[in-house]
Amino acid sequence: MELINAVPVRHPGRWVGAAFILLFVALAAQSLVTNKNFHWETVGKYLFDVLVLQSIGWTLLLTVTSMALAIVLAIFLAFMRQSENPLFRYISWAWVWFFRGTPVYTQLVFWGLVSVLYPKIIIGVPFGPEWFSFDTETIITALVAAIVGLGLNESAYLAEIFRAGLKSVDNGQMEAAEALGMRKSKVMWRIILPQAMRVIVPPTGNETIGMLKTTSLVLAIPFTLDLTFVTNTIANRTYLPIPLLIVAAVWYLVITSLLMVGQYFIEKHYGKGVDNVTMVPVKATAAAQAAHAGPPTAGNITARDTTEGGTP
Amino acid sequence: MTGTAAHTIPDASVKPMVNIAGVHKFFGDHHVLRGIDMTVAAGEVSVIIGPSGSGKSTLLRCINLLETISAGRIHVHDELIGYREAHGKLHDLSSKQIANQRREIGMVFQRFNLFPHMTALQNVIEAPTQVKHQSKAAAKLKALELLDMVGLSDRADFYPAQLSGGQQQRVAIARALAMEPELMLFDEPTSALDPELVGDVLEVMKDLAKSGMTMIVVTHEIGFAREVGDTLTFMDGGVVVESGNPRDIIANPQHHRTKEFLSRVL
Repeated sequence: MELINAVPVRHPGRWVGAAFILLFVALAAQSLVTNKNFHWETVGKYLFDVLVLQSIGWTLLLTVTSMALAIVLAIFLAFMRQSENPLFRYISWAWVWFFRGTPVYTQLVFWGLVSVLYPKIIIGVPFGPEWFSFDTETIITALVAAIVGLGLNESAYLAEIFRAGLKSVDNGQMEAAEALGMRKSKVMWRIILPQAMRVIVPPTGNETIGMLKTTSLVLAIPFTLDLTFVTNTIANRTYLPIPLLIVAAVWYLVITSLLMVGQYFIEKHYGKGVDNVTMVPVKATAAAQAAHAGPPTAGNITARDTTEGGTP
Repeated sequence: MTGTAAHTIPDASVKPMVNIAGVHKFFGDHHVLRGIDMTVAAGEVSVIIGPSGSGKSTLLRCINLLETISAGRIHVHDELIGYREAHGKLHDLSSKQIANQRREIGMVFQRFNLFPHMTALQNVIEAPTQVKHQSKAAAKLKALELLDMVGLSDRADFYPAQLSGGQQQRVAIARALAMEPELMLFDEPTSALDPELVGDVLEVMKDLAKSGMTMIVVTHEIGFAREVGDTLTFMDGGVVVESGNPRDIIANPQHHRTKEFLSRVL
């Protein structure tokens, strides 16, 4: 047998294009090194500054807590949207309409001002006697306002993502589970949601990375401890805005990269049984191994006559 | 599954396992079932055939409440399905009561509907552990027995996507049997299979029939009806056209619609 060894078609245009791109990359790299206005020594000085590191902690806290709040709300909103109770469906729809339809900046300013609107929070019988009351300011601190503001806004977007995920699961799954005597809530948590997660995780990862950067808007409340606000403050003090923008950008990129790694593993978990299915079992139990002399291999599975021919 | 004795033909003196009386079903204006009467005795294999749109699948789905009936009554083991009768009025059952009724009735679907995120074994133990709250170890033991019975003990740790259609359907049968139902419903269990995979599934169903399971089977497999069925019911246009001994009906159909249908599928 003579293997084909053909001469490939030449693509001179690709070489010209690549040469241009490399030229511009080299120019940009050279300017990064030679342009004194980048103030790299200032970048180095503030990259691990205590104030900056603390602000990263606050930014992470805001991202994680507001996303957690949004995910819990979104699950309920998505379930309510499928409810047989029309009031639940309307409320879910109206929630999404409102929180998606107004700017997150406006909502954050509102949560910062909520103690002006409602100076006291009163616990008691509706339209009846009051048991306790609190000053709103002591409950809705800037941190709480930031988390609630970001979380409620995000819940509207996530609710639509979750709804799409739930709708992506074949109706036969619900029927099969119900036919086995499973209650609807159990079917949702054990059968439908785990399958929907495959569709839900990628856009939710997108939203989480978006949220990381949306936290920079909390100055609207005002909440003044996050990464963007702190690096801006340092920049204003030192009159060196560019190196501190670089400091903030570096940290946002680092956190985004870590989130992407986490997303990879979550996607892998919820893709089991569907994505990248290989023709070997994930793990063989003792019983399965006993039934089979050796673990099944691609060979004896694809060969139909050995698997389908015999009668049980 | 070694039962060899042919199952007994229904005895009229014993109360039927399934009693369908005067059942109608509307989908909007569409009158799908137009007064169905049918009984199935314990241990009987009742085969329903008919052209598509005849209402045979809908009837099956009404028995375990995947559809609600518009008129009539369905009893399984003397228990009214879907409702409670009190003071001359019907009351809807709660979702919990409906789930309890469904536990006694196994169902096998045309498109298998295995849970794709679970292995074959996990599919089979899901309902026993989650609904009957059996221990995982006990459920596993029973599940491996069932998978062995359907000839798939070496596929326990495979995901549905790693199995052929015939293997998936056999896992689906094992999954339904794991709840130890007293009645099994089969909704065209071989219609989505490649022809060479049909035999294994029918073989499993035949064994199940021999073991004395009460079965209602909607199918196009006339050979299965003739060989395994105790009764054959031909439905068309939402009514039972003809019903009786499968061998008699297939050899000598009385009604011209039955004749016409059989001439097309045989």
